[in-house]
Amino acid sequence: MMWQHDGFPRVRQAGRWLAIGAACLLWLGVGTAQAAGSVEVEDRTREIASELRCVVCQNLSVADSPSDLAKEMRNLVREQVQQGKSREEIQAYFVSRYGEYVLLSPPKRGFNLLVWGLPFLAIVAGGGVVYLVARRWTEQSPVGRSAVDPAYAERVQRELRDREKV
Amino acid sequence: MSWKKLLIPLASVPVILLLAYGFRTDPKAIPSPLVQKAAPEFRLKSFDGGEVSLADLKGKPVVVNFWASWCYPACYEEAPLLEATWKKYKDHGLMMVGVDIQDKEPNAREFLQRFGFTFPNAPDPGSKVSIDYGVYGVPETFFIDRHGRIAYKHVGAVTPAIMEAQVQSLLQGK
Repeated sequence: MMWQHDGFPRVRQAGRWLAIGAACLLWLGVGTAQAAGSVEVEDRTREIASELRCVVCQNLSVADSPSDLAKEMRNLVREQVQQGKSREEIQAYFVSRYGEYVLLSPPKRGFNLLVWGLPFLAIVAGGGVVYLVARRWTEQSPVGRSAVDPAYAERVQRELRDREKV
Repeated sequence: MSWKKLLIPLASVPVILLLAYGFRTDPKAIPSPLVQKAAPEFRLKSFDGGEVSLADLKGKPVVVNFWASWCYPACYEEAPLLEATWKKYKDHGLMMVGVDIQDKEPNAREFLQRFGFTFPNAPDPGSKVSIDYGVYGVPETFFIDRHGRIAYKHVGAVTPAIMEAQVQSLLQGK
């Protein structure tokens, strides 16, 4: 049977409205999903870029630097995030281009462990030195009992007693 | 008790060594991890409308120079040497490619005209190639051997002596 152009006008109208409504909902849904996705990508980009050194700056991260090269690097990080690459993969890419210098905090292995370990070692060693010195001071203190002549102490005690009697 | 007297001078030895090491290295020099590795591939649209790609230059030694018209004076010092080297060695099989980074096109074209560059030069949109090569300033020059490996990277203007030595070693390399 052929489709009748003029048949069931009400049903057709309802169908049209339904279709428009569905399209609107779909459009809204896609829009918010895209917005949520881009916020996530931005956050992720910032997070990764903040751990990369801007190579043309003095101690600024790629996330914070206003320089052109840092901007391009941020774009590259964003692109790789959008491709679904992990933080490690993106870092590995930049390290393969610029060396470990490009990481703001040196990785915790090999010689770099010194940088991470030495401060704590220094605190422990310093604490030990303070403890030893403090102990020596208290031992040698002239206030200690052994420093007072027993005869003299005896005389002080006696005179105090005599004084109380008066 | 004599070991205690030695303690302070002994403790200062590693500190002095560390300082000696620290002060003798240039904190701005970033050693490239790319040297002796395969040169990253690139395909760019050159200023004269053609295409420059490393893959098309396979089997030839290539000098890749990163420059910018705002890079004064180093790029201006180096430019005549680049063109002279190109003219001298192009018939010996040497290739030279200039990559212009973070530049404005009219300024870049003016630069090209001023030095009469006859080897291919191309802008680097988005600095993608520059970042791929670990470039952190201009000028930087990469000497790529016949096998596509980066033999040497030079930061700053290349001197005539270094240019001659590197190009000779590229051309002699099998």
